[in-house]
Formats: sequence, C-alpha cells, structure tokens
Amino acid sequence: MSSGGGNNQKEPVIRVVKRSERPAKEIIILRLFAVALSLLAGGIFIACVGQNPFTVYKTIVSGACRSVMAFQGTVKIMIPLLITSLGVTLAFKMKFWNIGAEGQLIFGATCATFFALFCSEWNHVVLVIVMFLAGIIGGGLWGLIPAFFKVKYNTNETLFTLMLNYIALHIVSYLRDGPWTDPAAQGFPKIARFDKNAALDKLFGIQFGWLIALILTVIIFIYMKYTKQGYEIGVVGESQDTARYAGMHVKKIVLRTMFLSGGICGMAGMIQATGSDITLTASVAGGVGFTAIIVAWLAQLNPFSIFVVSFLFSVLEKGSSVVQSEFGLSTDCADVLQGIILFFILGCEFFVRYRFQFAGAAHKEKREE
Amino acid sequence: MKKLLSLLVATAMTVSLCACGGNDSTGDASGEATTDTAAENEEAAGDEANAGTEAEGDAAQTEGDSASAGNGVMPAIAKEDLKIGVIHITDPAEGSGYTYTHDLGIQGMQKNLGLEDSQIVRKNNVNDTDATAIENAIRECVEDGCNVIFATSWGFMDTCEALADEFPEIIFSHGTGYKSNGVNFNNYFGRIYQARYLAGIAAGLKTESNKLGYVAAMGQDNSEVTGGVNAFAMGAYSVNPDCEVYVKVTNSWFDPEGETQAAQALVDLGCDVIAQHCDTPNPQTVAEQNGVWGVGYNSDMSKDAPGAVLTSVMWDWSVYYTWAVQSVMDGSWTGENYFGGMADGLVTIAPLSDLCAEGTKEAVEEAQNKIVKEGFNVFDGVIETNDGNTVGAEGSTLSDGDITGNMNWYFKNVVVK
Repeated sequence: MSSGGGNNQKEPVIRVVKRSERPAKEIIILRLFAVALSLLAGGIFIACVGQNPFTVYKTIVSGACRSVMAFQGTVKIMIPLLITSLGVTLAFKMKFWNIGAEGQLIFGATCATFFALFCSEWNHVVLVIVMFLAGIIGGGLWGLIPAFFKVKYNTNETLFTLMLNYIALHIVSYLRDGPWTDPAAQGFPKIARFDKNAALDKLFGIQFGWLIALILTVIIFIYMKYTKQGYEIGVVGESQDTARYAGMHVKKIVLRTMFLSGGICGMAGMIQATGSDITLTASVAGGVGFTAIIVAWLAQLNPFSIFVVSFLFSVLEKGSSVVQSEFGLSTDCADVLQGIILFFILGCEFFVRYRFQFAGAAHKEKREE
Repeated sequence: MKKLLSLLVATAMTVSLCACGGNDSTGDASGEATTDTAAENEEAAGDEANAGTEAEGDAAQTEGDSASAGNGVMPAIAKEDLKIGVIHITDPAEGSGYTYTHDLGIQGMQKNLGLEDSQIVRKNNVNDTDATAIENAIRECVEDGCNVIFATSWGFMDTCEALADEFPEIIFSHGTGYKSNGVNFNNYFGRIYQARYLAGIAAGLKTESNKLGYVAAMGQDNSEVTGGVNAFAMGAYSVNPDCEVYVKVTNSWFDPEGETQAAQALVDLGCDVIAQHCDTPNPQTVAEQNGVWGVGYNSDMSKDAPGAVLTSVMWDWSVYYTWAVQSVMDGSWTGENYFGGMADGLVTIAPLSDLCAEGTKEAVEEAQNKIVKEGFNVFDGVIETNDGNTVGAEGSTLSDGDITGNMNWYFKNVVVK
C-alpha cells in the first residue's frame, strides 16, 4: 500500500503504511493500552445506562469466578471454545480459510449423537471411545469435503466451508423434527436427553472435556512447532510453490490438515453434546465456531495464547450473564459491552502492524533520506 | 487478510456471541473444584450474607419451627429466607406476549406475598435449545441462594429435572411441561382451553365470512395447541354452526416472521377473525392492517392492535406463583403437578372490546358461568372430529390426561391449511 505511487501523483493526506516489526515490549504496552481504553469506553456506556461501571466490571469477574460452581460454569463455556480455536488454528496456519468450524463442530456432534441415542446400552468406556472417534471422523469429513474440492477444482474454501455450516445445521433440524424426535416430547421438536451411560464422566465436577482441551493445547503446540507435519503446514501456508519446490506433496498436506482441523472441531462438538448439553440441539455450536476464529487470530495462532484468550472470552460471557440478573441490565447491553471491548482490542492489532502516515510527514521523511 | 479479519469480526458480532475482556483473574482453580453440593450451598449462603441483600438473623430457627406445621414433602421456608429464581426464554421488557405474562405473574406473586425486589432473581433471554446456557442460568440462581426456581418455558424441563436431582433442597417448578418427581420438581399448567372456548364464542358471533383463522405454533401432534384449536372451534360452533376454523401451523413457539406470514395467508383465504396460539402479537397487527378482527393470546393484545382485537385469551400466572410460594412458606408444598382453570382464576379472557358483535357479552357470560359454576369442561360428551370419527362418550368428559397428552384430533369444523 505504501510502495509505488510516483512523485507526480497527488499524495493522499493520510496513508496506511505497513510498519516494520515493533519490539515485543511495545506490542504488549499497546495491547494493554487497548484493553484499558476498551474498559474506559465500556465504562462510559455502562454509566450512560445508569450503572456504576466499577461494580459492573467487578461483577463480571466475580460472576465468572466467585465460587466453585461459577468457575465450573466458566470452564464449561471455555471447553468447546478452546478446542475449536485449536482446530481452526491448524487450517489458518496453512492459510486455508476454514470458516466452517461451526459446521464441523455440529456434524461431529451429530455423528457422536447417533451412538449416544442408539447404542446407549454399550459398555461405557467403549461407548465413550466410539463417540470420540465418531465426533473426530464426522468433523474431519466435514472439513475434508471443502479441502477435496479445493485441491481438485480450486474452489473457494471460504465460501465452501461457510455454506457447509448451514447444511450441518439443517441436518440437525431435520433429525430433530423427524427421525430422532423425542417420542415423549408430545410434539415438541427436540431430541431426547441422553442416557446417563452416554454422558461423559465428570472430573472435579466438570465433564472431563477440560482435561482433553488442556492436553490438546500442548499437543497442538508440539505438533506445529516440532514435527515435520507441522513444519509442512507452515511452509504450505507461506508459499505453495516453495513447498512444491521442496518436494512436499501439497495436496496431501492440505487434505490431511483439513481433516485434522475439522476432526478437532468435531471432537469439540462431541464433547459439548455428550459432556455439557447431554443432548443434541441446533445450538450445540451456538456461534462457537465463529468466535473461535477471533480467538485464534487474537492469539496469533499460538496455542498457549489461545488458552488465555479463550479463558477471557469465557469469563466475559459467564460474567455478563450474572450482570444481567444482578443489575437487571438487558442481555443486549452485555452484547454492546462485548462489542465495544472487541472493537478496541481488534483495533489495536491494526496499530501493531500498520501506522498512519500524514502527507507532510512523508515528505519530510523523503527529504531526510 | 485485513479484509478477512474484519469480515470475521462482523460475522461474530452478528452471531452476537461473547467477546474478550481484560481482567486480572488468572490461574487454573479447577483443583479446588468439587461436587460437594453441601459446600456449594454454604458458599451460596455466604454470598447472600455478604451481599447484605437479605434479612439475616435466626433464619435456621424459624425454618425448624415451621417445618412441622405443614404436611408437604419439603421443609417450610420462612418468608424472609425465600429467594425466587425465574428463568425466562425472552425478555419481559417486550411488554407483550408469553414471557411478559409470566413476569406479570411473578410480580403479582411478589406483591401478594410482600417479597422484596432482592428476593427475585431473573434470568432473561435464556435460549431454550441451548442446554448449557439453561444449566448455567439455573446454577447462577442457585449460587445467588435461590431456594425456589421457576422455569417458565417448555424447553427447560429436562435440565430442571436433572438439576432437581443434584440439588434436592431446592424446589424446581417448570411451566407448561408434564414431568414431576413428586418432591422438589413439578410442572404447572392450566385449562387455557376454557378461555379459548369463550374467545371462540366471540369470534363465531363476529365473523361475516364464516371463516375463522387460527395461527398455531405446533401441529396435530401437540396436545396443548390442538386442544386450544378445538376449544376455540367448539366455542365458535356453539353460537355459529356454519363457521369453519382454518388452521395454519408455524412449527415454532416464537417466530415473528412466520406468524406474520401465516396470519396474512389466513386473511387471504377469506378469514375475518384471526386467533392465535403463538408468542408475538404479529397476527393481531396483520388483522388490523387488513381491516379484519382478531383474538389475542397471553396478554391483552388490544394495546398492540386496538382496531382489531375482540378479546384476548389470557393467563394470570400470579394465581399459581402465589399459591406455590405460599405453600412453600407453609410447608405444604407437595411436588405434584398443578393444572388450574378458570375457576381458580388462572385462565381468563380480556375485557370484550367494543368491536364485538351484539350479544357477545351475554353469550360469553353464560358460557363462563357454565364452566365456573356448573362444571362444564368443554370436551364433554361425544365429540365429532374432522376425519369423521368420534371421541369421548355420552355423559362423561375427557380425562385431564387425554386433554394434555392425547389431543391429536381436530373438531369437525377445523380445516388445516
């Protein structure tokens, strides 16, 4: 954007210039500044609707962490978000724009639900393992479809994965209204609550999906940083030609990575359905697939940062719900607050990578050169 | 990449999910986690005391004293120790419709019993298809120290049932469902069909085209909706045997757009009175726009469409909420399902508007007397269905079980469109 543009052309007043890497310390300060600014702007909003910003903020934090049960609730929100973010990270590292985490999550949950509904009398351990595999394979296949068409016909993966979200969602609606309807529900369209045998076990009072999410964080970190496959993903992401020149089988890598990415998202769906919801509903994903994209980018595709960011997202969501009942603040206000905070934090990422250049300043720089 | 990023942000904001916030709570406290509910309750009680919102004092003593007074299955709870949790599917601030009506009932109960504002905890906009959101909302009520929790919408039932197991000392009362564990989990509902019968009379007398429209949330499988259609049709039939009831099903309890479309389709078919069993007042506004009439539901919808609404079929949930909380205070809570009617004041119709045909008031009052005083139950005797069969027997009435669970037929003048 900054390059080119001959001297004879009239210069715009402000130009956006990509800056060289800022030092890490400066970036951290910039981000903290953005957080502070977002809290300030959010605080003004809260004050405008007639509440004390400090008590509201305090309630958000305490609402998410005030008791063991509250913290369990926060972790429950975090589990699918963290796993899904890790899933999309693999695809994004390869610069494969997987917007379909939502659909992969839903389809993985759907495949697992089949076993939860119809094989609930199986041995518990066997059933849980089979459901995990079903979730991973289901989500993986849902990710593989756009990858296949990408490598075969060079279709646009952003649109393809996005559209598959709706297909997955409508499959659930179809199953809910038709073959999988709860016969005891008297015509109310829902799928029955799973048998206890088909529900994930609890560990410290929360379904053990949190342990899997933690382990997965480490695994993904190691996979991307220290394995050959992880390296290949990075190279394909940087330049497919380079990868090809280096003798990598690009198509194979794309297919494999998308299967893994979708599979992890599918597993998140399976964990959500069998661990938290104990049934399959159309809101099994509930937007997690999209939020995960933001989490992954905010965390710069670093698994440990993803862990932290998804925790903060979960705190805000859980805390907002308490704010709603505590202060009688409409849930829409909580959404506005979240929007404000997100706006500033994403806005700050712009200043990490770019800067504004004013017309006068540009001349001065040139003269100095 | 910038473009993509902004696209993502826009998408995510539309989906209106959570965002991230800065706060200083770090670390993983899952090590402290425990399933010990007793400890949790102590904590919850502690929170309550800290908040200073409730009268403290010799609560435990009062509890012990009055426990022996009632004959219920749960110990009595003193008035000042009560804390009521309410789970709403939408926001009462809508000012009309289902959730608003339930919240009016809660407010009525609060007034009748003289509870403080701080003794009511509301959870609004709880998505009834998101089991995790439901569970979190209920747990937050538990954390706040609630000992009675009302969940007002159908989709919350299974979660209530599961949590009633986990928290045996908390009473869960779920609206419009059917399950009960006979101790701390019940369902409450009412004979809304009685009010629909009266509304049917008003509609049957008003119609000129002899075609009544009915926007129904659910189809024939759903006893609640189908029973309402039948009672409305029978009420209309009792004063106007020539009229037909055209039913359009939206397959959703809350679908503003679908309800508008269904009502418009019914008007286009020639219906000149639009009744409804769905959450929004949209069918009434459609009726008003088309210069026809309507019968509202849940709250008095004459304020939404004053030029169309003859009357509205209404719930007065405060009757149940007051009774239920009173019985908790008296220690007479039984955990049985509640099924109130017009005689209890739970169901009623809004005052008839000036739009009603002449003679409506007399006809409605006569039928109301039959229901309240003479035990007329609408579904009495042999009833002809619209597929040529009959239901019921001479000299008897349908059982409550049949009315709530087996109403899968339509009265003879009903036509599904």
